[in-house]
Amino acid sequence: MSAPLDVSGQEMRAEPEAVAIAGGAPIQGRSLGQIAWMRLRRDKVALAGGLLVVFLILVAVFAPLIVGAFGQDPTQFNSDLIDSSTMAPKTGTGIGAQHLFGIEPVNGRDIFSRIVYGARISLLIAFLATLLSVIIGTLLGVTAGYFGGLVDSIISKTMDVFLAFPILVFAIALAGIVPDSAFGLTGDTLRVSLLVFIIGFFNWPYIGRIIRGQTLSLREREFVDAARSLGARGPYIIFRELLPNLVAPVLVYSTLLIPTNVLFEAALSFLGVGVRPPTPTWGGMLSDAVRFYTIPHFMFFPGMAIFITVLAFNLFGDGLRDALDPKAR
Amino acid sequence: MVTYIIRRLIWAVVMLSIVSIITFAIFFLVPRLAGATSESLAARYVGRTASAEQVKVAAEKLGFNDPLIVQYGRFAKGIVAGADYDYGPGVEHCPAPCFGYSFLTRLPVWPDLLDRLPVTMSLAFGAAVIWVIAGVATGVLSALRRGSLFDRAAMGVALAGVSLPIFFTGIVSLVVFSYGHPFRITAPGGSFTPIEENPAMWAYNLILPWITLAFLYAAGYARLTRAGMLETMNEEYIRTARAKGLNERVVVVKHGLRGALTPILTIFGLDLGLLLGGAVLTESTYSLPGMGKYAIDAITNQDLPKVMGVTLVAAFFVVFANLIVDLLYAVVDPRVRLG
Repeated sequence: MSAPLDVSGQEMRAEPEAVAIAGGAPIQGRSLGQIAWMRLRRDKVALAGGLLVVFLILVAVFAPLIVGAFGQDPTQFNSDLIDSSTMAPKTGTGIGAQHLFGIEPVNGRDIFSRIVYGARISLLIAFLATLLSVIIGTLLGVTAGYFGGLVDSIISKTMDVFLAFPILVFAIALAGIVPDSAFGLTGDTLRVSLLVFIIGFFNWPYIGRIIRGQTLSLREREFVDAARSLGARGPYIIFRELLPNLVAPVLVYSTLLIPTNVLFEAALSFLGVGVRPPTPTWGGMLSDAVRFYTIPHFMFFPGMAIFITVLAFNLFGDGLRDALDPKAR
Repeated sequence: MVTYIIRRLIWAVVMLSIVSIITFAIFFLVPRLAGATSESLAARYVGRTASAEQVKVAAEKLGFNDPLIVQYGRFAKGIVAGADYDYGPGVEHCPAPCFGYSFLTRLPVWPDLLDRLPVTMSLAFGAAVIWVIAGVATGVLSALRRGSLFDRAAMGVALAGVSLPIFFTGIVSLVVFSYGHPFRITAPGGSFTPIEENPAMWAYNLILPWITLAFLYAAGYARLTRAGMLETMNEEYIRTARAKGLNERVVVVKHGLRGALTPILTIFGLDLGLLLGGAVLTESTYSLPGMGKYAIDAITNQDLPKVMGVTLVAAFFVVFANLIVDLLYAVVDPRVRLG
C-alpha cells in the first residue's frame, strides 16, 4: 500500500495474511468460498443432504441403466400378475426380487422402474423451472435495485401483480387447457416445456424480491462508487460488479426453490395436469394409488420419493445458506 | 393515514384490473394458439347435434369473433353491470357481478362460487388459527432454547413438514384415521356441514383437513418465527429492554416477538389469500366441495368461463388479503404510512 500519510518511513503491513503470530504459522487469507466450504464440511446434516441430492441426480441420469439392470420396463403391463376381480396384484407378487417395490394395481407395472424414471421428470422440470425463475428474477431484481426510481417501481409492481395470481389454480388451468399437441410440440416434450414455463414463470418474483433487496444495499457500497467514478456505466456495473457479489444469495435461493418446484410438479401430476401417462410421474403414481389405499405400498413409494427428494434439497439448501451467510452464528 | 389508505385502495383496484386483463388475455390467447377457433369454442356450447351453420351463428352471437379488447370490455362490464348471453334459442341473463357464464351448465359462475365459499373459508380460517398458534409458539420456544433437544426435535419435524406434500399426508391421514376405521375421527371425505346447521358436525368433518393443512403451514411458520426471533433477540433494543429491568416475558413477547412478527404477517396475508381462493390440493384430497375443487372440476370439464371466473375470484382474495395486511402494517408501524 502506498500511503501518502505514512511518514514514519517504516513498512506498513496492512494485509492480515502477512502477519505472523509469534510461534505460529502465518494466518492464511481465506476467500468467502473457502470459508463457506469449511463451514459446509462441518455441517454433517447438510452434507448428507448434498450427497442425497447427488445420488438422486445420478439415479435420474442413469435411469435407463438402472432399470435395464433389473430388466423391468416402466411401461410394461404385467396383466398376468393382476387378480382380475379386484384389479389388485395377486398374492405373492408383492415386494420381492423380481419386482423390488412390487407392482401397480390394474396393469401390473413395475413400481421400482417407475419410481426411477419418475425421478427424471421430477428433477428435469424442477431444475429447468428453477433456472428460468432464477434468470428472470435475478436480471429484473438487479435492474430494479440498481436503477431505482421509475424502473424500480415498474418492476416491483409487476412482481406484486405476479404474486397476486393464485399460482396453483392458474397453473392447473393453463396446463389443463393446452391440448396434447400445440406450439409445434407433442407428447412429453410439450408437457415438460409447458410445466417448466408455467412453474418457472410464476416463481421468479420470489427470487426477484430477494435480489432486489440485496442489490439495494450493495449499490451503496464503496466498490460500486469506485467503479462508477472510473466511468463504468449501468450494464458494466450490473454484470461485473453486482452480479458476482450476488452469486451467494442466488445459489442459496435456487437450491431452496428446487424443492418447491419438485412439490409443484408433483401436485400438478397428482391433479392430472402434469406429464401425461404412460410416462411415470411420482404425483401421478400417488393419485393412482388413492383407490387402492388398502395396499399401502402403492402410495408409500411415490410419496416417499417426493418426500426424500424435497427433504434432501431443503437440507442442502439450509446448510448452504448457513455457510454462505456472513451473519450466520 | 387517510391518503395512505386511499393510495393503497387505488393500487388494489389497479392491480385487480391488471390481473383480470392478464387472466382474460391468457385464457383468450392460449386456446387459440393451441389451435382452437371461434367455431370450435362455440360448438362446445350449442350441443353436438348443431349444424355447422348454427355453430357459426352462435360463435357470432356470443362474440367469439370479436377482437380481444372488445371481448374483455364485455367481460369487465359483466362484472360491474351484468351481462346477457344470446346463443341461439334464447337469451340468458347473468346478473352482476358476472364472473362469467358457463355455457355448458347454462349457469352463471358467481352463485356457484358463493355456494362453495363457506367450505373454503371454513377450511382456511380453521387451519390458519391452528397453524399460527402452533407455528409461532414452536418457533419462539425453539429460538429461546436454541440448540436444546426441543429446538432440534421441533426443527427436524418442521423440516419434514415443509418437505411433505399435502396430497401425501392427506391420503395417509385418511387411511389411518378415516377409511373403514373403527375410531374414525372424520367423515371419509366429500361431506361438509355448514356451521350454522350443526357446529359439531362442521368441526367433525373438517378436523382432519385442518390438522393436515395446518401442519404443513405450521412447519414453515415455526422455521420463520425461529429465524426472526433469533435475529431480533440479538438487537440492541432487546438489551435496552432488559437493562431497563423489564420482566423477561415482556421482553420476549412485547419487544422480541413484535419485531419478528412483521415479516410473518406479510406471508400470512399472502398464504391466507391464496388459500381462500381455493385450497386446491387439500380440497381435492379430502373431496371437499370448495372453490379449489370447483376449479379442478371446471378444468376437467374444459369449462373455460368457470375456470376464468374462479381464477379471478381467487386473485381478488389475494389482493384483498394483501390490502388488509398493508393497512394493518400502517396501523402497527408508523414508518409505513409516513414513508
